[in-house]
Amino acid sequence: MRNWLLAAAVAALYLLHQDVWFWDAARPLVFGFLPIGLFYHGVYSLAVAGLMWALVRYAWPAHLEAEAETDDAAGGAPTGEGRA
Amino acid sequence: MIPALVVFLYLGVVLYIGIFAFRRPGGGGAEGYFLANRSLGQYVFLLSLFGTNMTAFTILGSAGHAFANGVVTYGLMGSSSALLIPVTLYLFGTRVWALGKRHGFMTPVQMYRDRWECGHIGTAIFAIQATLLVPYIVIAVMGGGTTLNAVSGGVVPYWFGGLLVAAVVMSYVFFGGMRGTAWVNTFQTVLFLTFGAAAIVFIGVSIGGFPAAMERLAAAPESAPLLTREHISPRFFFSYMLIPLSSIMFPHISIFCLTARRMGQFRKTVIFYPLCILAIWLPCTFLGLAANAMTDVPGIESKLEARAELAADAGGRTPAETGELQRAAAGDDVIILMLEHYAPLWLAGLLGAGIMAAVMASDSQILALSTMFTEDVFAYYGGKSRFGSAVQVQTGRLFVVLIALVAYAIALQAPPGIFGIAVQYAFSGFATLLPLLVAALFWRGSTKWGALAVVLWTAATMTAVGVLQAVVPAPAPGTLVPIWTVGGLDVITRTPGGTAVLGYMPVLPMLVGSSLLMFVVSRLTPGPAAATLRRYFPEPAA
Repeated sequence: MRNWLLAAAVAALYLLHQDVWFWDAARPLVFGFLPIGLFYHGVYSLAVAGLMWALVRYAWPAHLEAEAETDDAAGGAPTGEGRA
Repeated sequence: MIPALVVFLYLGVVLYIGIFAFRRPGGGGAEGYFLANRSLGQYVFLLSLFGTNMTAFTILGSAGHAFANGVVTYGLMGSSSALLIPVTLYLFGTRVWALGKRHGFMTPVQMYRDRWECGHIGTAIFAIQATLLVPYIVIAVMGGGTTLNAVSGGVVPYWFGGLLVAAVVMSYVFFGGMRGTAWVNTFQTVLFLTFGAAAIVFIGVSIGGFPAAMERLAAAPESAPLLTREHISPRFFFSYMLIPLSSIMFPHISIFCLTARRMGQFRKTVIFYPLCILAIWLPCTFLGLAANAMTDVPGIESKLEARAELAADAGGRTPAETGELQRAAAGDDVIILMLEHYAPLWLAGLLGAGIMAAVMASDSQILALSTMFTEDVFAYYGGKSRFGSAVQVQTGRLFVVLIALVAYAIALQAPPGIFGIAVQYAFSGFATLLPLLVAALFWRGSTKWGALAVVLWTAATMTAVGVLQAVVPAPAPGTLVPIWTVGGLDVITRTPGGTAVLGYMPVLPMLVGSSLLMFVVSRLTPGPAAATLRRYFPEPAA
């Protein structure tokens, strides 16, 4: 359930990147100089950092590291010589 | 000339860091030279990975793009990368690292060969990746020549600047390998983050504050649209968001994923990556936008005049004249012009060095090409078993010299515009290759024939777009040339900046096509043996 919520959050941020609502708007100039569309995408970047923190905190693929430390039972050196 | 001297000093520091500062006795053979023995710590991993992605286009190109197109630049290239690069590192980079650690892979092609039990198809993947990477290296040499020429006020000629950059990069990649390259990238990223902030303050104070500049832009009808996205189509904006998917497919990025000591190094990287983007891209975009208000800078004033002439009635103007005006209006050097005019000499020099840092991001690409050649071609076709590991590393070093020399030779001959376009292709091409990585990591049913179909599709579509843009010249700004119309609907059009398919960037149909081909061809062809699949998709414990 938690992973689905996080996946939905990634999808939501992907969609929120398409901010058609600020398409033609220059004002307000946030802090007196940042056009609102630019400010929105600055805040968006901060939100992405928050999302990545949540992914790392709640959905970190720790099993990959554990698997990587174990020997490959099948002896998996890079292969493929003489094949298509 | 003082800024140029600071840049020379900086190049000396870079050489010292890259060659001597973090040298380890013994070297560690091929894995030590090409992957720093998979031992990079988390902050070096973060800053170096970010520095590797921060090329000449990030700094000079983003400001130049914002100078011409306004605030849309950050949404197109910055915030989209802020989301997709960390997400792809989290999803794919961690898995590539784990597989590299388990199976000893040093390149993505080694993984593809093992995963799909293929040999020559892996060579085809190497060939397309190498082809797409070369323009990047060439343009870095060209950027070095241009930047040194600009910061020295023309005293350092273009040929010497390019030669110097090629020689410095070649030297520390040759001697320092991945460890030297990673530390140089770390140093460069810290330098740019530090002095970039100082430049913003100095320029802002010098022009009487940014609010006044923005009000001037908003009040003028010709510049007011730069504060909005009204000149950009939402379809173009939407499809541009696929471009950052290319990042993880660049060989130097996926190879870099193998250098982390532990998978935990990815944690801070994916969290801080969007913040690094914010810290560098947003100021560059804003400065490029603000440059439109700096009409007291002579170089910028002439660019604005050329742009106004371009926008005026084009009747009677030849394509050559239009091209000349487009070159005169291009804004890739606006940050340098602003620094020269507004910043004190010492800061202009340090920022010039910071810009050089970004321009010199070709180091990772040269090393990646060398790693790929020695592992995927030299070692794979018997060189390593015949001559040994030491000769393999020497071959890699020789390849570094050859790439640097060839890149320099091409940079001296090529007109500037050509490789800018080639790099655009590289982004679309690597994004189109993404189904290779997704299928290899997540889909048991994928096959080597599906992978070959993706490679051939990428090569064919890139060639088609390239030919189309060579045959049909770019129209004047604000106009489109229909190439293929069906029932009154423009399917393919030539735009001033490239090509559009139903209004979208070509990368959208290219990526959809490669995904479909991977799926359909894999379903129709036999996959690898069950034993191979078990090593990639272990059965959960009962």
